[in-house]
Amino acid sequence: MSPGVGAGHMDNLGTIGFSEEQADLMEAASRFCREKSPIEKVRKLIEDETGYDDAVWREIAELGWLGIAIPEEYGGVGLSIAEVAPVIEAMGRAMMAGPFSGTTLAAQAVLASGTDKQKKHVLPKIVEGAIASLAVAEPSGDWRLDRIDARADVEGDDLLLSGVKRFVPDARAARWIIASVIHDGAPGLVMISRSLLTQENCRRETIIDETKRTYELTLDGLRVPKSALLDPAKAREAFEVIERTANLLASAEMTGACAACIDYTIDYLTTRKQFGRTIGSYQALKHPTVDAYVDYEQARSHVYAAAHSFNDQGAGEIAVRMAKAQSLKALTFAADRSIQFHGGFGFTYDCDAQLYRRRAAFHASQFGDEAWQRRRLADLLF
Amino acid sequence: MADVDQKALATFAADADAWFAEHCPRDPGFMLPLTFMEVGTDQQFEFLRDWQHKVWAAGYLGAAWPKDYGGGGLPQAFQDAAMAAMKKHDAPIMLNAIGLNWTGPLLLDMGTEEDRKKYIKGILSAEDIWCQGFSEPENGSDLGNAQLKAVREGDEYVLNGSKIWTTQGNYAKYMILLARTNPDAPNKYAGLSFFLAPMTVPGVTTQPIRKLTGEFGFTQTFFTDARIPASCLMGEEGQGWLVAMRTLEYERGARKGQAGGYMMTSFDAFQIVDLAKRAMRAGAPAIDDPVIRDRLVEFIIEAQGLKLCNERGAIAPLNQDRPMGLPLSNKLAWTEFVRRLNEFAMTLTGAAGGYYVGDENAVDEGLWTRGYLNAFSATIGGGTSQIQRNIVAEHVLGLPKK
Ligand SMILES: Cc1cc2nc3c(=O)[nH]c(=O)nc-3n(C[C@H](O)[C@H](O)[C@H](O)COP(=O)(O)OP(=O)(O)OC[C@H]3O[C@@H](n4cnc5c(N)ncnc54)[C@H](O)[C@@H]3O)c2cc1C
Repeated sequence: MSPGVGAGHMDNLGTIGFSEEQADLMEAASRFCREKSPIEKVRKLIEDETGYDDAVWREIAELGWLGIAIPEEYGGVGLSIAEVAPVIEAMGRAMMAGPFSGTTLAAQAVLASGTDKQKKHVLPKIVEGAIASLAVAEPSGDWRLDRIDARADVEGDDLLLSGVKRFVPDARAARWIIASVIHDGAPGLVMISRSLLTQENCRRETIIDETKRTYELTLDGLRVPKSALLDPAKAREAFEVIERTANLLASAEMTGACAACIDYTIDYLTTRKQFGRTIGSYQALKHPTVDAYVDYEQARSHVYAAAHSFNDQGAGEIAVRMAKAQSLKALTFAADRSIQFHGGFGFTYDCDAQLYRRRAAFHASQFGDEAWQRRRLADLLF
Repeated sequence: MADVDQKALATFAADADAWFAEHCPRDPGFMLPLTFMEVGTDQQFEFLRDWQHKVWAAGYLGAAWPKDYGGGGLPQAFQDAAMAAMKKHDAPIMLNAIGLNWTGPLLLDMGTEEDRKKYIKGILSAEDIWCQGFSEPENGSDLGNAQLKAVREGDEYVLNGSKIWTTQGNYAKYMILLARTNPDAPNKYAGLSFFLAPMTVPGVTTQPIRKLTGEFGFTQTFFTDARIPASCLMGEEGQGWLVAMRTLEYERGARKGQAGGYMMTSFDAFQIVDLAKRAMRAGAPAIDDPVIRDRLVEFIIEAQGLKLCNERGAIAPLNQDRPMGLPLSNKLAWTEFVRRLNEFAMTLTGAAGGYYVGDENAVDEGLWTRGYLNAFSATIGGGTSQIQRNIVAEHVLGLPKK
């Protein structure tokens, strides 16, 4: 009677799981971020050139959070990216600015494809607080390994770099930047150290999320030693890790932001009065807020499922793409309605709703928006 | 709960798996109801009643309810294992849903020892079918305004008025009934009382109502000087609203303790993927159409999100902000999803979507078309989606009522 289930089955998709370490980190990070990143501070850092508070950054390093997903042999804690998720979520909720996710991402790229020497050199310093960044996006808008225009060509003992990288997070503060290049006819990653950056080749970009800092990097004429090349044999794997990690971190950050955005909206709906009534009593505002909340809860479930199955063959990628699509959907809708439900104030720079809406727009622009994720999911699922 | 005998559990699960593999009825030759609200013929009713009895007798229903009342006296994990086996083998639904899922847990939670002894076994065995008399013609969403009169006369209450949309009303032996015992109470809620009322006394009649699908499943229920023993009162006079609210928590799945067994056929969202592979559009399978693919992905993401929320409900640290958030929004999220999914499935089949149950050309015997129409049962019954949004807004998000 009921049609048979085809090759696919819901049970084949990932499940949710939550470790004690995740719970502990969630609690610690929530407390820390609430304390260190009240919204006035977020606003102040928007005006700051570097965009983050160095003292807070040093505290984060001391707390060991930069080493969560780095093996003990490189000075880390030896957990996994799943345990980074609650930390990023807490940062997202407090809209805390800083190079944490960019550095985490670069570290994972090094971990995935660095030579042993590179790992030993870079990772322990990252754990201690050295900032690192990843340069993969190009003027074409692409970030994937099969569409790289930047090059690293052998010239004597060196590699001569060329091309342009965009949206490089916190590049000017970074000690190392890992850039994707074509080398020897194949995609690869190369490590660029801080000393090569200048005002000219590292231009601060003006981006929609003003709490973040990104830079455009012109590689033309830069020279790095051959030893700066990460293991080309592992490049493909590294690119996969980069995309998956970036999207998981973005999803966790967005669910955190979404929770804050909904709280912010509710705050207004329970205080603002019109026609002698608290506006939150109007169903035209109440019901969409509930819909936003339902979307948010689903996004959060997706995020922790994605964190849990991150390393599972097949299921991991599906779970992460779903998390990215759903968290984008949730934050976009919650923030869009938040602007509307604040009325004239919602249209102002002072209203925080714009911060959340901009956050969603920025993440849609990086590593694939909702439609992008769904397009990939279609091929993964059916 | 903590010390579940894992070996015994594994044996139980394996036995359940084997039992359902052997005993799950295959194609009885007529359409089986997909939900307890779709029992429209005597044939369907008798079939499902036998089935429930069999499952209970085998020990796979009420396994976690106390032995004294006809249950299995085992930890909940055993009933969960039986549920998994039912799901795996596509078992038919459990008929006596209002008894198993809300009356039973309510009695275990707030009932007297006498009531438990009297009613629970019959609920499990399907001997005593239960219905719910909450809604009235003039008072639906505004349940607190229910007006059916219950007047105390000696050892009896005399009932006058009418209830409506009574699921399985024409089959039920008992009704959980919300009635007004005090019309002069200081507020509308305080005048209500809750009864475990027999349907078999003189003065109670039911009139089947035809649903939008053309089938039957619920009734209008009339009470004309119907006399029930005063002992049918649950709790005290005036506590009706409190008991009714607790009932609704069980009904909406916000509170656990149900006997186990499905009141609605669970389906796998991948069934629409399968449908899209079979359905043809412009000479090619619908699954090749990029627009269809994208919609399918959206549905699968949502299905997975709902499934994960269900799993997440059990992880306390992931429910700290709003502990009642997932339980109270679950009904809204699921039922609206199911409605939209069925609607999409119906349109997916193109021209064939124009056929209805009964036509030989209907896709999957009209399952999706009928499923779409029937899906409203859950977005309206048990409190409409609009009322669910009010509840989540007010009780989870803290938005003001007025
Ligand atoms: C298949 C099915 C089975 C059922 N089985 C039973 C049963 O066994 N026992 C029983 O007692 N009842 C049963 N019901 C009844 C069900 O609980 C009611 O239909 C439901 O609560 C709505 O009440 P109503 O029909 O009077 O609609 P109304 O309350 O009149 O609602 C009409 C419309 O107004 C909206 N509305 C009403 N109030 C508000 C508000 N405050 N804010 C926003 N919107 C509002 C509703 O959402 C709806 O869209 C069943 C219903 C169905 C469909």
